[in-house]
Amino acid sequence: MPGAWQLFRGLPRTKILASSLLPCQHQSHSGPVPHQAPPRHPSLSWRLRPVSRSYRATPNLHSYTLTPPQVNSILKANEYSFKVPEFDGKNVSSVMGFDSNQLPANAPIEDRRSVATCLQTRGMLMAVFDGHAGCACAQALSERLFYYIAVSLLPHETLCELEEAVEAGRALSPILQWHKHPNDYFSREAQSLYFNSLRTYWQELIDLSSPGEVPETGEALLNAFKRLDNDLSLEAQVGDPNAYLHYWVLRVAFSGATACVVHIDGSDLFIANSGDGRAVLGVQEEDGSFTAHTLSNDHNAQNEDELARIRGEHPPSEKKTVIRQDRLLGLLMPFRAFGDVKFKWSIELQKRVLESGPDQLHENEHTKFIPPNYHTPPYLTAEPEITHHRLRPQDRFLVIGSDGLWETLHRQEVVRVVGGYLTGSQQQQPLTVGGYKVTLGQMQGLLEERKARTSSAFEDQNAATHLMRHAVGNNEFGTVDHERLSKMLSLPEELARMYRDDITIIVSQFNPHVIGSQRRENQS
Amino acid sequence: MVWIRSMRNCVWGCRGLSPAMLPRLLQLQGGAFHRVSSHRRAVSGDSQPPLPSQAKVVICGGGIVGTSVAYHLAKLGWNDILLLEQGRLGAGTTRMCAGIVSVAKAISIESQMADYSNSLYQQLEEETGVNTGYVKTGSLCLAQNQDRFLSLKRLASRLRVMGINCSIIKPKEISKLHSLVNIHDLVGALHLPGDAVVSPPDVNRALAVSAAGQGVQILERTTVQQVLVEKGHVTAVETDRGPISCEYFVNCAGQWGYELGQASEVKVSIPLHGCEHFYLLSKPLKQPLPSNTPVVMDMDGRIYVRPWQGGVLSGGFEKNPKPIFTEGRNQLEVQNMQEDWDHFEPMLSALLRRMPQLESEEIQQLVNCPESFTPDMRCLMGETPGVHGYFVLAGMNSSGLALAGGAGRYLAEWMVYGSPTANVWPLDIKRFGNLQSSRTFLRHRVMEVMPLLYELKVPRWDYQTGRQLRTSPLYDRLDTQGARWMEKHGFERPKYFVPAGKDLLSLDHSKTFYKPDWFDLVGSEVKCCKEAVCVIDMSSFTKFELTSTGDQALDYLQFLCANDVDVPVGHMVHTGMLNERGGYENDCSVVRLSKNSFFVISPSDQQVHCWSWMKKHMPNDPQLHLEDVSWKYTALNLIGPRATDILAELSYVSMTPDHFPSMFCKEMSVGYANGIRVMRMTHTGEPGFMLYIPIEYALHVYNEVMSVGQKYGVRNAGYYALRSLRIEKFFAFWGQDLDSFTTPLECGREFRVKLDSDMDFVGREALLRQRQEGVARRFVMLVLEEHDTELDLWPWWGEPILRNKEMVGATTSSAYSYTLERHVCLGFVETPGGLAADFVTRGDYEVDIAGQLYAAKAKLYPFSSLLSQQRRRKDQLDLGTLTTE
Repeated sequence: MPGAWQLFRGLPRTKILASSLLPCQHQSHSGPVPHQAPPRHPSLSWRLRPVSRSYRATPNLHSYTLTPPQVNSILKANEYSFKVPEFDGKNVSSVMGFDSNQLPANAPIEDRRSVATCLQTRGMLMAVFDGHAGCACAQALSERLFYYIAVSLLPHETLCELEEAVEAGRALSPILQWHKHPNDYFSREAQSLYFNSLRTYWQELIDLSSPGEVPETGEALLNAFKRLDNDLSLEAQVGDPNAYLHYWVLRVAFSGATACVVHIDGSDLFIANSGDGRAVLGVQEEDGSFTAHTLSNDHNAQNEDELARIRGEHPPSEKKTVIRQDRLLGLLMPFRAFGDVKFKWSIELQKRVLESGPDQLHENEHTKFIPPNYHTPPYLTAEPEITHHRLRPQDRFLVIGSDGLWETLHRQEVVRVVGGYLTGSQQQQPLTVGGYKVTLGQMQGLLEERKARTSSAFEDQNAATHLMRHAVGNNEFGTVDHERLSKMLSLPEELARMYRDDITIIVSQFNPHVIGSQRRENQS
Repeated sequence: MVWIRSMRNCVWGCRGLSPAMLPRLLQLQGGAFHRVSSHRRAVSGDSQPPLPSQAKVVICGGGIVGTSVAYHLAKLGWNDILLLEQGRLGAGTTRMCAGIVSVAKAISIESQMADYSNSLYQQLEEETGVNTGYVKTGSLCLAQNQDRFLSLKRLASRLRVMGINCSIIKPKEISKLHSLVNIHDLVGALHLPGDAVVSPPDVNRALAVSAAGQGVQILERTTVQQVLVEKGHVTAVETDRGPISCEYFVNCAGQWGYELGQASEVKVSIPLHGCEHFYLLSKPLKQPLPSNTPVVMDMDGRIYVRPWQGGVLSGGFEKNPKPIFTEGRNQLEVQNMQEDWDHFEPMLSALLRRMPQLESEEIQQLVNCPESFTPDMRCLMGETPGVHGYFVLAGMNSSGLALAGGAGRYLAEWMVYGSPTANVWPLDIKRFGNLQSSRTFLRHRVMEVMPLLYELKVPRWDYQTGRQLRTSPLYDRLDTQGARWMEKHGFERPKYFVPAGKDLLSLDHSKTFYKPDWFDLVGSEVKCCKEAVCVIDMSSFTKFELTSTGDQALDYLQFLCANDVDVPVGHMVHTGMLNERGGYENDCSVVRLSKNSFFVISPSDQQVHCWSWMKKHMPNDPQLHLEDVSWKYTALNLIGPRATDILAELSYVSMTPDHFPSMFCKEMSVGYANGIRVMRMTHTGEPGFMLYIPIEYALHVYNEVMSVGQKYGVRNAGYYALRSLRIEKFFAFWGQDLDSFTTPLECGREFRVKLDSDMDFVGREALLRQRQEGVARRFVMLVLEEHDTELDLWPWWGEPILRNKEMVGATTSSAYSYTLERHVCLGFVETPGGLAADFVTRGDYEVDIAGQLYAAKAKLYPFSSLLSQQRRRKDQLDLGTLTTE
């Protein structure tokens, strides 16, 4: 068992420090039920206390040891796989399918994931949303963002058909086919609100575009992001006659979420990222090994460009205060996010909205809290950074993950684990003695270790689950350590967040044959 | 691959002969080529001597097996022989095999071959001047547990029968012989002082040099593409360098033997399949290991270890083998055939457990060398059934080096004399047919076979893979009634039946050298056979129909069969089909269906062998027609006194012995089904009937028999009950007790031979001579006295028989007789000088079971028991055949 410090490696930091910013911290997992939120855990108060990185003592307060089946049932609870159906015995899509999984640390989990196929245009959308200050914003994104993107991608004619259908009360031809785990829910109450906002958006699109115009994908992604964030903000300002919905739109706007969205159509791969989620491509080298190719930039304090951008957007007098302790205004870790109107609205607007808001908001002392040094809003934007990549036959898979994954495993390790899993454990770099001095005893030790490493691969049918197992259970040798895994998973709810963040993973596999032939077609 | 390259350099460079010298030597001997060509070759280095247009024998494959065949053919005086190798001599499996020559083999004929190979290789260096690396190291077979120790003791007994020196030793003595062996978990070992190690490529080359010296032409880089066949006889081969006409073709292509067989004009089925095989080479130990250190075979650890250039060479037979070349030769697979350390891990662990001191020694290399395996762990040799002149020697199951010498010799004898000088039936390729030729079957089966090489084998084990290929229509019915199955020639046969409610799992896992847990189950089946009636599904029997327009069928059978088959229609005859030596090629029952048609019933595994034997002797007469009807009939054996009642009730025909005497056959109706061939015999000596039922009636007849039989106490029984019944009645079975070297006179079956009539038949001369000279061996029955069935080891086969403390023979089969409540062994005793009449009856007999001696009473066939004597005499009078004694 590695030393105790091992367990703290990659200890997640709460994404937003003064959670007093929340209008409400209590959401129920089963969907929005109002008035159900008395403080649940006494420990909640200290959980929200600002935390320093040098954390506390040992994790084994209650050292439950889980059996391997118990560990598996926890790891596999949220796993989901989808295989793109074959047509006529052939898979013509560049995406063969995907595996996804989530492991909560927060209760309820604040990460969300979405995958859907665009039905009116071509392409597949995948996204990981990482919420903070509650899950409301991430939940809203997981339901709405893809519709905004899909609509942005539609040509003028299709938009008009849509509008006509709605006008005439006809059934709409579906825009998206969702690939959802049963736990990925949609809120029923807000659907008509969402739909109206979306319809307004496409009506504007119809006015702005002209017949024959086909939107460019990058542009469409950008517009969809900005538009949705704008809608979230507007809906909160306008409110809703229905008290529950009014409360809900405020929760969405006052909480926040990052989004990392991938759109794959043929060999065109677009990434729209805002925040610290990340998409990494697994590239197979000629010798069979895998290297990581990062397709998105993290928007946080580790990104020099982002630091420069934010400092540039505000007067020099704020240079010292706008980013403190690697956080936006000393509070927020991601530098781009949806929602989070506390960082976007003027102080007057915040006060006005809160005053007109439902009573529940006032029960919370902290709603009146304004970030310190709040002089020149907005400080935060949801505008994504768009990356384009043309898939090559050696690009084998894409891993999209929330920061909970990336802070526990290096991207190279992530790609090695997934690559090894997808190509079968046999692909584990074969050993050769050639020229080295190896004794029989050393070789035996080496082989036993390799055996232990591969044995964990057989337990998983899902690449994301396999990666999760490594993310949570890896020891210093890059091997899954059951004891460690068991400890990490048996942490009581209120402690879990101290040792790990919510982890969400989507692994999509590409079809090198299709990609290869598409490239040839394009070249000829 | 460094080592391999250096090894090749060894082969061609270091040892005596330069690469160019070998062909030159061949040319000199062959005389067909001149120095000019050899000179030119030396210059250009790559040109080839021209291809001869014809040869008597073409051998394909220049590995140890092919060169051994060439060597022995030359020794026997044939010289128009051409050996073709697609690459370089000994470049295939031979180049990389571990080089252990051990007599520790599963069956006696293999041990015999290995023993001969050993002495051949030993003198080869003297004969040829080529250093073969022969070192008589001896070998140690280790036992980690008592069961393994028992099996080694049994092996030791078998080897002693053959006169091979060996001893069972204690752990302490092991460490005296081999300092590295960790003896703490060992219970003992078998020491074989005669075993040796060699350098296989050098032995290969020595054989080639010697063969070349005797006129064999050897051509490298010549690939055989097709074998041409005309009228069922090999006429020529086509190579990548042109055709060669020949009389004989020998397929020694090893791994590629299967594909080469398929590449014949008439496809030849050679059931073998490759598996990767790994062994490790260490660098010389810090204290170099002496070259005469014994070879260690730790079968419980699945590994072997031999000394190699001051270090060790260690490989094994893992539980999870990697089959290779399923779809034929595949360049990708050849390239991927690299060191797989992860796969080798269990064997490395076993090695370090056995020799912990090696831990700090350095690794040189892990070698991956594919071996070919067959469906029953035994090699494939002999003439193929379909094509005359097409011989095979392949599928050596990783004992290629150990067997090559002996097998090459027997194959050469086979070709030159028409048959080998020893009984090689267990290795005869005719034990297989097309049905074992499926790649899927082979792939699955060899994955079971390879681990089995080192697995502990207890009496009556069965293969688990490649099953349920041939089944009777009653298979499902019997299976649901608790049948446990064994397989013969691909056919599922019931062993015994487990009544509902018995613990099935524990029964399936019964593995013991002692009393098996089916003992009581079989006992109750035997009891039922004796007292009521049992049904045994015996559909696996080989069944032929012979018809002709005139007397041809009779004449032909009279010539082929030792017994007089000119019996009235509706009679049946037990007869052997003998070879020129008078030995049994087949033991069968012949039924005269009509004047000119006969029904021939032979053992299951005779399907290919008997067919080709009969075809070989069949006159070329379009009026004479032989058909294999095995698949047309389901055979039910109704054994027991109440069988008569059941049949009488189902057919409304009186079945009493007066109306339906023994050894009679009637076509009659049973239930609603008509045309059932009913015979009064049971293959056991018990009263009862055999029913040959056209398969579409099988279920009906079975159901009727079972429902009508209920009131007579009918039940299912299996082959174990049959075995017990027939052995206690001293009935011999071909393939177990009888073989092509056993004559009817030796097993007391003179009464089944028409020696006294003046009709000619195959083997008559030999039998007459033997009758004149007297027999040197006799088939005996030994009833074990003072053998505790509960506590003592059970006999199996191959146990030495001692007479007055002297070894006089070995057993061939054995069973527990529930009637005598004793174990009964059948076997042969012999004395070199000829057997006196009272040799058997006078003398104190003992049977050696794993080193333990058990007193036995010896009996001769036919029985002297009064009861059965009387009955037999009566039967024979009915048949009008001869009686003896």
